[in-house]
Parts: sequence; C-alpha cells; structure tokens
Amino acid sequence: MNQGLFLIAHLAGRTIAIGSDQVESVVDIGTITPVPRVPPLVLGLAALRSRVVTVIDTRVALDLPRDTPATRAVIIQVDGHHYAMLVDALDDVSAFALHPLANGVPLDAAWRTIATGIVERDGEPVIAVDLSSLVPTLALAA
Amino acid sequence: MDELLQEFIAETRETLEALAGEIVAWEADPADRARLDAIFRFVHTVKGSCGFLDLPRLARLSHAAEDVLAAVRDGKRTPDRPLVNAVLAVVDRIGELVEAIDQQVSLDSSGEDLLIAALAEGREVVVQAPAKVAPRSASRSVRLSVDLLDRMMSGMSDMVLARNELARRVRDENPDPALEAALERLSSTVADMRDTVTRTRMQKIDALFSALPRMVRDTAASVGKSVSVVVEGSEVELDREMIEVMRDPLVHIIRNAIDHGIEAPAARRAAGKRENGRLSVSARQAGNQIIVEIIDDGAGIDTDRLVARAIAAGIRDERSLRALSPRQQLDLIFEPGLSSKDEVTEVSGRGVGMDVVRAAIEQIGGRIELDSVRGRGLRIAINVPLTLSIIPTIVVGVGPQRFAIPRQAIEEIVSEEGAAIRIDHVGSAVLATVRDRRLPLVALDRTLGLTSPREAARMLVIVGIGVGSFVVAVDSVHDTEELVIKPAAPAIMACGLFAGQTLPDNGRPMLMLDCAGIAADAGLNFVRETVVTDDAAVDEVPRVQALLFRDLDDAVRAVPLSVVDRVEASAVDRVGVSGGTQRLVVDGAIIPLIAQGPMPEASVNVVRLTDGATMVGYAIAEPLDIVDLPEGIVPSQGGGLVQGVVLVDDRPVELLDPFWLFAAEGRPAVQAVTHAPVIAIGTDPWIRNFVAPMLTQAGYTVVEAADGRSDAIRLTQDSEGEGSAIRLRATAQGAGEGIYRYDRGAILNAIEDRMMAIGGVR
Repeated sequence: MNQGLFLIAHLAGRTIAIGSDQVESVVDIGTITPVPRVPPLVLGLAALRSRVVTVIDTRVALDLPRDTPATRAVIIQVDGHHYAMLVDALDDVSAFALHPLANGVPLDAAWRTIATGIVERDGEPVIAVDLSSLVPTLALAA
Repeated sequence: MDELLQEFIAETRETLEALAGEIVAWEADPADRARLDAIFRFVHTVKGSCGFLDLPRLARLSHAAEDVLAAVRDGKRTPDRPLVNAVLAVVDRIGELVEAIDQQVSLDSSGEDLLIAALAEGREVVVQAPAKVAPRSASRSVRLSVDLLDRMMSGMSDMVLARNELARRVRDENPDPALEAALERLSSTVADMRDTVTRTRMQKIDALFSALPRMVRDTAASVGKSVSVVVEGSEVELDREMIEVMRDPLVHIIRNAIDHGIEAPAARRAAGKRENGRLSVSARQAGNQIIVEIIDDGAGIDTDRLVARAIAAGIRDERSLRALSPRQQLDLIFEPGLSSKDEVTEVSGRGVGMDVVRAAIEQIGGRIELDSVRGRGLRIAINVPLTLSIIPTIVVGVGPQRFAIPRQAIEEIVSEEGAAIRIDHVGSAVLATVRDRRLPLVALDRTLGLTSPREAARMLVIVGIGVGSFVVAVDSVHDTEELVIKPAAPAIMACGLFAGQTLPDNGRPMLMLDCAGIAADAGLNFVRETVVTDDAAVDEVPRVQALLFRDLDDAVRAVPLSVVDRVEASAVDRVGVSGGTQRLVVDGAIIPLIAQGPMPEASVNVVRLTDGATMVGYAIAEPLDIVDLPEGIVPSQGGGLVQGVVLVDDRPVELLDPFWLFAAEGRPAVQAVTHAPVIAIGTDPWIRNFVAPMLTQAGYTVVEAADGRSDAIRLTQDSEGEGSAIRLRATAQGAGEGIYRYDRGAILNAIEDRMMAIGGVR
C-alpha cells in the first residue's frame, strides 16, 4: 500500500486523482492557437508566461462527451515538453493510500492505459491516473 | 585569439580543480579505470587546445602524458607507483604553466625534460619543488553554466511579455504623457536587455573559425605539407553551447584532413594535383539546420584499407564487411578504435577518433555525413539543428492564423496578380509561372486543412529547399521577425510540416513551417542533384545571367543580373538635373540616373543597379527577358558604357559594363574620401566663409595651419604671403598676381596643379 499526495480533479462528471509528483502547476489557459494537421486531442498551443505549452483535450483522449472545452489545466512535463491537460475543475491536494485496481473494474482501453490504481476519498472510490500516458508520443501520433 | 586563450585558461583551471579529487583517488587505486579515463581526457583536451593555441611546451607535456596513459588503457603498461607519480607531476606542471600564462610570466622549462623522461618505463620519479608562482590573478572572464543562461533567457521572455501586456493596458487607459514616457523608456531598456541576453547565448561561428587558418598552417607545417584554407560563413550565428560542443570535433576533423587526407607534396605532384592542398571550411544555414562543411582535396578515404582494418580489429567478419555498400563501408570510419592511418602522430590522436566526433555531434541532435571520392578528396558535412538559434523569419497568414517561414528559405515573394505571374491548373497540379520559372504551387490553406475566405489576392512565397524551389500560396504576408525557435511536442512535429514553435512578442504561440516537409507532403519530387565534388564545382564556369531590355534609344541591351537590384516604374517628375547629370529620387535618396535617349512622357522604367554600396539608376523603355549569356563576348573598342556585344537568340545585344557604370556614375562621396589632402587657409575670415565650404565639398580637408605637413597647400589673400601659397585677389581684372577669388574653377585648378607638383594623391 502506497501513501501519496494526490490532486483531485473533475472531468466530465468523473472524479480523478492525479499523483502530485506529475503536476508542475495548475493554471487557467487563455487563448489557444490551433495547430493544423494534428490528432484531435491536441487542441493547440498556449503561452504560459514565456513558455509554449501544448494543450491536450483530455475529453477527446478519453472518449468522453465534449461540450465547452475546459479552461483549467494541469501542467505536466513529458520528455522535456510541457503539456496542459485540460480538466473541468480542481479540488485540493491531499494524502491518500493507493490501492491496486480491483479485477472487477471494467475500464475501456483509454482509461486502462492511464489508470494506476484506486484511492478512497470519504468512502468514494476515485481512479488514480497518470496523465502523462495520455500525451501522444511520436509513435502514437505518426 | 586572446579570448580563446582566456577561455582555455579558465577551462583548464576548472578541470584541474575538479580533477584534484580524481587524482588523489587514482593515486590510492591506480587500477581504477574511471579515474584513469578522467585524467586521460584532461591531458587529451589540453593537448588538443595547445595545438589550437600554439603552446608548444604544454603540448609536449600533455602529449607525453597522453602516450603513457594510452599505454595503460591498452594494458601495455601497468600503473605502478612511479608511473602514477610521473603523470601527476606532469599534471601539476600543466597547472603551473597555465597559471604562468595567465599572469604572463615565464616559467623555467629546464625541469620538463626530466618530467617527461620520468614517464618512461622503469624510471623513478624526480621530485621537483613546485615553481614559485605569484597568487592567481583576477580572471577577466566568467564561465557560466548554460542552465543559468537558459533561466536568464526565459526570465527575459517573461519580462518582454509583461511589458507588452503593460503597454496594451496603458494604451487602453489613455494615460498621461509622463506615464507613457516612463513606459517608453522601460520598453527600450527591455529591448536592449533582450538583445544582450540573447547575445549571451548566441555566438558567431567565427569563434570557432577564427583560429583555423593558423591551426591549419601549423598542423600542415608539422607534417611537412602545405595546405591553404578557405573559411566561409563566419557570420553564421549559433548557440554558444553548440559551438563549444563542435569545437573538438572540428579540430579533429581538420587535423585528420591534413594528416591523413591531404597527401604529401610529392604524392600530390605524382597524382597530377597542385602541391598545395586545399581545405575549405564553411558554415551556412539551410532551413532549420546549420551545415558546417569541411572539404579537402586529398586522397579521400581508402575504404579497402578501412575494411581490412575492421577485419583485423575483429569488428565484424570479413564476409559481412565486404558485402556492405560503399557508403556503409565508409561509415566504418565511425567505428571505435579504427583509423585509416597506421601510425600515430602528434597531430591526430589515437583512440579518440571519429566515433567520439560522431557521438559529440549526435549529442546535440546533429548528424554527420561523409562523401569521399578516392583520389579526389573528402567532404564532411556536419548538420546541427537550429534549436535555440535565433532565426530571421517572415510571418505569413492563412486566414486568421500566422506561421513563420525561415527567411533563408525564401527566394522571393510576389503577388498572385503581379504582371509576370500566371497560375495554371495542369491536371491535378497547380503550376505558377513567375517570369521564366515554372514552379509547382502548394496552397498552404489546403495543406494545413484550413479554410480561409479569399478576400484579396494571395501572395506567392517562392521557397527553395536545396533540391528545388516551389511556390507556397498564402493569404497574407505580415512582417519579418527574429524568433527563438524551439522544437514542438512530438505529436505536433510528427505531421512533418513544422520545424518548431516560438513565442513572438505578441504572446501568441506560433509555429514555424518546415518547407521541405510541406514539399514532401504535397508530393513534390525534386530530382536530387548529383553530388558534385568541390574540384568540379570550381572548374565549372557559371553561366552569367543578364537582364535583356529595350533601351530608350530603341536598342536592345543587356546588363548582368547580379548588379540589378530591381526594375520599377518611376514618374518622370522625379528625375531632375543637377550639376550636369540626371538624378532620380528614390526612397528619399538621390541616385545618379543614366539615360541613353529622350525621356518618355509620364513615367519611365528604371533599372536600379547596385554594387552593394552604391546605387545607380538606368532608364529603359521596357524590360524584355532574363537570359543566360553565352560565353563568347566580343569586347567593344575603347571601353565605356558597353563592354561588348553578345549573341542572344542570334541577335547581337550590347552588354553594359557594370564596372564602368559604377566607376563613372557612383556617388561622388565615395570619390571624396580617396583624396583628402590638406588645405591650410590661415585665419582669413573671408577664405574661411567663402572658400572653405567649396573646398570641403570638393573633398579636401581644410585646416587653419599646415602644422608642418609638407603636403599641405596654403591659400592666402595676402599679397606679401609665403612664396608657395596660392594667392587670391579681390578683383577680376587688374594688378597683381594670383587668382580672382570668385573664380572657382581656377582655384580648384591651381590646387590641382600644386597637388601634382607635390606628388600628391592624384
């Protein structure tokens, strides 16, 4: 059983727990410059102070219904590039114990790749995720 | 050179400090391979830099120590106590010498032979008292970690964005002028600061190239060869870090070229080559890459020998090696422990070979290519990415979106509706004909899958990608911007259309287009030009292109295209006559205008000719064509405006002589500096007020007193003045010698005559 800090976020009505060691910062994303000819989950580029971040639409990545795109984002870093992972809302950071996923949780492919386990928050099971698995790598995008 | 020396001292000092611990550890455990390697690298680096900086004593010491350490690495010698002591004594001595160089004091060299002798097998170490060196002097340069520079750079970008934001807000608030002035000052400070900070990272590749001629000369001399070197593209700017990484590989490659590539004079003679070897080192920017090329005209790489050595070294079995393609065989040079030359010289090393060179280049995301022609020479091209380099770009728009195109790739930008432009649909393809060039057209909106309302005429950006040129049609062309390009996320780079991302001053991220990628995406297939070796390229006479036009006197003439800046229509009322010559007002400047016939009525076509510094206009009736000039030019008699007659389409055409044009019509200002003899005018107020301005305008330097200058010419109104002075008189006719003081021509003539008499400049 691993104890760790998790950032609790909401995404299309679901609650997720993001391991705080992945999270660089939490920001509001402003204007997004669209990028042509890329997979739809790449929403575009945004400026974060002097840095350019690649905005990833997590709903598209997880096959969730799309309504108005969120503007809150969790900044993570993968292979030296910064990504803004859009989420609907953010709660707080707290310590939870990470349990392995029970066998009986039927997840579809997208969720399976990012799930790292389950944490229990006030009796509610919350899926713990590794957001960096959503970032398209070269092999996936090509 | 001084700067390089400073850098060497700082670097050696720093390494020595870091090495101190390693040395102690090695002393305790001489079998420790990692420590041995660290010390070996140190002496190897010192040896390399010494050749560069011409420090023979350090070179000798480090070479000797390197030999011994190499033997230990190969297992030929065991690192026993005397050997360790001897090596450490040499390392200490290197440190002392470096300090001595820094303080510019000389250090007695008597002990060095003993130190080197002590390295030999079976010798006891000679203990030497360290030389007395004054305490270290304050260093004039500081070495910074690139990390710190990165942070400075990103802080700077933040600051620029904050300033822009502030400026936007202040503008909206309708502020009082004092606030605006303060903001203005902040803005300009920030801009200056940004340039400075940017420059801390960027360096002209000259920092790498400036020491090359000397190094080539010395290296060549040390192996009894004569090599001339041509260095080009020193002004190309590159990230400082990359320059540092490329320094050793470049030195290594050049040494290899001289030591192994270029043959000894006798062998060159026998092969029918010039005795002088030739080496060309150049840097240029191509798209999002910097290409550094090192070309020699030596023997090339002997792949058979390379294969034989690879077999001997047991790298792979003979059959698979023989089955390799020539290119793959050539690449064997990058295998560790292989050199195509057998003996080891001081010049090019051992062990530290092309494998290390390639590793260093690949570490910064670069790549290295070889082209070898047996008996003709070797071309090594190092491509390094522009990452973090500042790239001049032109910003284009598709609909509301902006993209940057590297200016380097852009040949020309024309409007779709321009007179000499046609666009045709040929099957499924679109071709643009721009003057006499027919180029494939790629619509950027289609390529990028963007829809853009077509409001105005599109702009056609003609880009060249090395193997060919094509047209990119965009909606708008905005401005030029110097941008720091960074690689975009893999998911974005994967589509192959973008070379990187950037954050311009407006704070909206922008992508830079990869023109080669766009061409590939559009299915443009250019036939790659066959690789031409340097020799062939030099021997080939390039065809001269010329602009064919109908002159005002109805004759058809031509002018070499290389001096043509542009052709444009100009209103005739902008042509004036001053001082007997016709002048034309363009862009707020006045340039001489040559006309061979009567001016047309309202407007005249003017060819603007430039030699880079001066501009001359040439009035024509109409431009006709751009033609390749045949080689045979029948020279005209007596020189003048026309240098000769050439045949174009079997018709004789007069070819203008650009040399004559600029010599005869170039701005007089240029002429003025070439002769500036001194005219002494004394204190006469009339001469000062009336004559001095005229003299200055004619290009003379006017002073009050001759101050003992023998070539000075004196002017005076005093009839009793010194004999050598030119005397001016107040009346047109009448008594007294001298020149009437309002006779401008006569005064200038008299000065001219004196000048001849003194043997002046003219």
